[in-house]
Amino acid sequence: MSDITQTGPMLAADGTPLKRSLARALRMQKIRALMLIAPLLLFILVTFILPIGDMLYRSVDNRIVQNTLPRTVVAISAWDPASDELPGEAVYAALAADLKDAAEAKTHTRVAKRLNYENPGMASVFRKSGRKVKKWNVTDEGPYKERLIELNDGWADLELWRTVATYSSAHTMGYFLNAVDLKLGSEGVEVRPEDERIYNTMLIRTMRMSLIITFSCIMLGYPVAWLLANLPTSKANLLLILVLLPFWTSLLVRTSAWKILLQQQGVINDTLVWLGVVDDANRLVLINNELGTIIAMTHILLPFMILPMYSVMQTINPSYLRAAKSLGATNWTAFWRVYFPQTVPGIGAGSILVFILAVGYYITPALVGGTKGTFISNLIAYHISTSGNWGLGAALGAILLAVVLLLYWVYDKIVGIDNVKLG
Amino acid sequence: MSALPPYATTGQRVWFYSFRVICGLIFFFLIAPIIVIIPLSFNAQDFFTFTPEMLRLDPEGFSLKHYRDFFSNDSWQSAMWNSLQIAPVATLLSVGFGTLAAIGLSQQHVPFRRAIMAILISPMIVPLIISAAGMYFFYSKIGLQGSYLGVVLAHAALGIPFVIITVTATLVGFDRSLTRAAANMGANPVTTFFRVQMPLILPGVISGGLFAFITSFDEVVVVLFVGSAGQKTLPWQMFIGLREQISPTILAVATLLVAISIALLTVVELLRRRSERLRGMSPS
Amino acid sequence: MKLTKMTALAATTALCAPMAMASDMANEMTIVSWGGAYQESQLKAYVEPYLEMHPDLKVIWDESSAEATAKMRAMTEAGNVTWDLVDAVASDAMRMCDEGLIAEIDHDAVLAAAPDGTSASDDFGDLLVSDCFVPQIVYSTTFGYRMDLVGDTAPSSICDVFDLAAYPGKRALQKRPIDNMEWALYCDGVAKDEIYDVLGTDEGVDRALAKLDSIKDQVVWWTAGAETPQLLADGEVVMGSTFNGRLFSAIAEQNQPIDMLWDMQSFDLDGWVVPADLPEDRKARVMDFLKFATDTQRLADQAKFISYGPARASSAPLVGQHAILGIDMAPHMPTDPANAGNVHVYDYEWWADNRDDLDAKFQAWLAK
Repeated sequence: MSDITQTGPMLAADGTPLKRSLARALRMQKIRALMLIAPLLLFILVTFILPIGDMLYRSVDNRIVQNTLPRTVVAISAWDPASDELPGEAVYAALAADLKDAAEAKTHTRVAKRLNYENPGMASVFRKSGRKVKKWNVTDEGPYKERLIELNDGWADLELWRTVATYSSAHTMGYFLNAVDLKLGSEGVEVRPEDERIYNTMLIRTMRMSLIITFSCIMLGYPVAWLLANLPTSKANLLLILVLLPFWTSLLVRTSAWKILLQQQGVINDTLVWLGVVDDANRLVLINNELGTIIAMTHILLPFMILPMYSVMQTINPSYLRAAKSLGATNWTAFWRVYFPQTVPGIGAGSILVFILAVGYYITPALVGGTKGTFISNLIAYHISTSGNWGLGAALGAILLAVVLLLYWVYDKIVGIDNVKLG
Repeated sequence: MSALPPYATTGQRVWFYSFRVICGLIFFFLIAPIIVIIPLSFNAQDFFTFTPEMLRLDPEGFSLKHYRDFFSNDSWQSAMWNSLQIAPVATLLSVGFGTLAAIGLSQQHVPFRRAIMAILISPMIVPLIISAAGMYFFYSKIGLQGSYLGVVLAHAALGIPFVIITVTATLVGFDRSLTRAAANMGANPVTTFFRVQMPLILPGVISGGLFAFITSFDEVVVVLFVGSAGQKTLPWQMFIGLREQISPTILAVATLLVAISIALLTVVELLRRRSERLRGMSPS
Repeated sequence: MKLTKMTALAATTALCAPMAMASDMANEMTIVSWGGAYQESQLKAYVEPYLEMHPDLKVIWDESSAEATAKMRAMTEAGNVTWDLVDAVASDAMRMCDEGLIAEIDHDAVLAAAPDGTSASDDFGDLLVSDCFVPQIVYSTTFGYRMDLVGDTAPSSICDVFDLAAYPGKRALQKRPIDNMEWALYCDGVAKDEIYDVLGTDEGVDRALAKLDSIKDQVVWWTAGAETPQLLADGEVVMGSTFNGRLFSAIAEQNQPIDMLWDMQSFDLDGWVVPADLPEDRKARVMDFLKFATDTQRLADQAKFISYGPARASSAPLVGQHAILGIDMAPHMPTDPANAGNVHVYDYEWWADNRDDLDAKFQAWLAK
């Protein structure tokens, strides 16, 4: 210690400058923290983030056309889709060769299905021709143009070739356009025919119903949160259990309960008929429609609204309200001008949380929503597990994910993810 | 506001009581759907409504047959065993990784803390159908789709945010001077962790674990996609039942699940109080 | 590190599983079916008897037949097919066969001959609609109605479904265009043999959807065959389409006040398909089971539990009485002459070519 000069840098015990030593200690601390986090981060990346990224890639992946029709894709690049003439013999010959290979490998129906999403009717042209072309000799039995058109006059349709040309690249925006009821025609983006439009309606309906649900949760949650925050702690804790119990109860249990309650022959209608409020012949339709979804989801998401509101209201000092009143404010003014503004952060936190959870709901709308009360998630599930249009399902998923992540970001800015509380 | 002051006007009285009634109705809305399935699960008939016998409290109207069906039916039993084999393992994974990471995250200097936190919490935020679809395709590629391991990994990922949230919450109130004191007295980091830090954050770890457990135990969307028939869990079996033949056995299962929820909720509540006491805060 | 270890572990368990078997046939078999009364009939008629002969075998059921095509696609793309035997309707079987997802089956080599020596392909006859498909049953999609909720005159024609004035109340229809579009056109005045020509045009599709529009508010859409009997039993709908066997169970076994409407019911086939490229041991097991489960006696036995017609000609005379109720099954079969007065023969080829387009339009119409 004695050899430290007044002018030189301060040194640590081992003789290194203190600044560097501190910096090293800090670095070590950071590394230690990261080492603790790394296993989990890696785990989440592999089991969760990577799968989602992989699915999102499907929304632009169009390699199936190149892989199944390699020769056609090369040949057709020389053709101008804007022209009014059919492609030349070379393209038809390439297609015949590709189709024969594909039909033998039974992959021609898959590419047909892909192109059919963009131009309905193409699947049957491919499917029917595939069966015949499989038996052709594709090296010397030309001219293929005449033969193919003779086989199926779909091959003389300019639109068909334009679709092949437009969708020959490895990546496409086609699914995303489809997800907002548009399509990529030969002359740029165009609106889909009226009888194929569905996704904008569904997206808007999802947003609208989620907003209604969020609003119902505010209306029902606010008085309860207020009561909880203003009761003596022991009583409040007891009542809090009533909020937490639904929160802990299985989603399916709650959904099945609502199914039983809301049916036309269910508990609610039975009670109303018994009370004479409703005529037995005109029982209320409470399920398999929007109303069913809204009631059940409001119930399911209500605790997510009450808890953040409650934690904000707990911190509000009741003397403000008394001060306002003693200054001559009416009950309503005191509440609206003094108390309510202080609870806005709680409402905001609860609303964003409820809305985020609501837009992604799948099980409850599927079970109580009928056709009118289903969400965009139900369509995603339909495309993934029933129709097999995975690209479209992924594109819809990407849009939904973008909405949710945007709100998540807002939530993080306003509330901070660290402040999420669970009961 | 808990009691009505003696000088309240009539208007205030009316408002006070009608407000109580409104709140009572909301509580009723919250709890009634859960309560109503309990008596119905003892229905002697295969109906979902109260029979006249039940309303008369006639013992004839009640029976345990739906419970007997649950315990004797093969598909329900195998579903229960699958759930019991998946949830604890998924919980262990979430708790193991999650607790370590939460300790890392609560250090004073963590680079990219916010971004890391956002990633780790994301499984709770991303709509389940998107997680499920992503895992379905990706796990298929690496051969995990339709396997026990696949479902366990997926459920562990879904449970992690809950562990992170509860454990970081307990660590916020953790007094760092305790670890320094332990180090001063010659304890190595491992000893410090297990003897000083762990007992204090244990309530948070356990409640996080219970959250992770119930997440896996109740989860249906992801398991529908990632699992195959061999991993059919209790919620999956319930979902099939609800969509196709809603047999009253579902109500018996639902009642059992409610009982489990009540038990877990009680444990978490007790732990929370203990943790607050330990940290010197007044128990609420 | 951890993950590679786990993947390695998964890989070893996957590799070890088949090796552990003593015989060359796999000891585990995943059968995909429809759930409900139908799966029960399969269990009773041939899965349980087969298990008695092979006590080591473990059968896992997967009620995924409704999503069979999409799931087969996903599993095949990933190269990880976990199913061994799939119950599918003929149209799905044809699609999967077209796409190379399922194996072609040499019917005479794999299946048992009839007791009198008739070869399997002659015994099944015209019902072998695809090279990949082993038919089990002939079924029909038809309507059931609540006798107590339809007033004094019971519905007698398919078009009563579209008649809200005479029969008010909800109806259950399947959430897909097939059958519904044909019925709508038929009841809109299109002759039976022109239905598919009309449906092939855009105007025809619009016309069918317009007809369906007239009852849309009163329709509950179902996706699983067990839903309609449940909805009828609960009184949620007054009439609804479903598979005739499901209605039979509700009427004869559960004594519900339901009756069947035999008019323009749509005839269809259901049967087994086997995923393409199964490992040898699993394939051997499946083929062994398939031979047993589709022989003349077993198909006749199935008809004791559910009212579907056996697909083998040689099984028909063996169809007897209900296993528990002891009633004659023949009058409940869709193939019985009394029931088959006016039937709708569903065109597989046409739907194979047009399914995707109409599905999209139907979904868009539903969401409106």
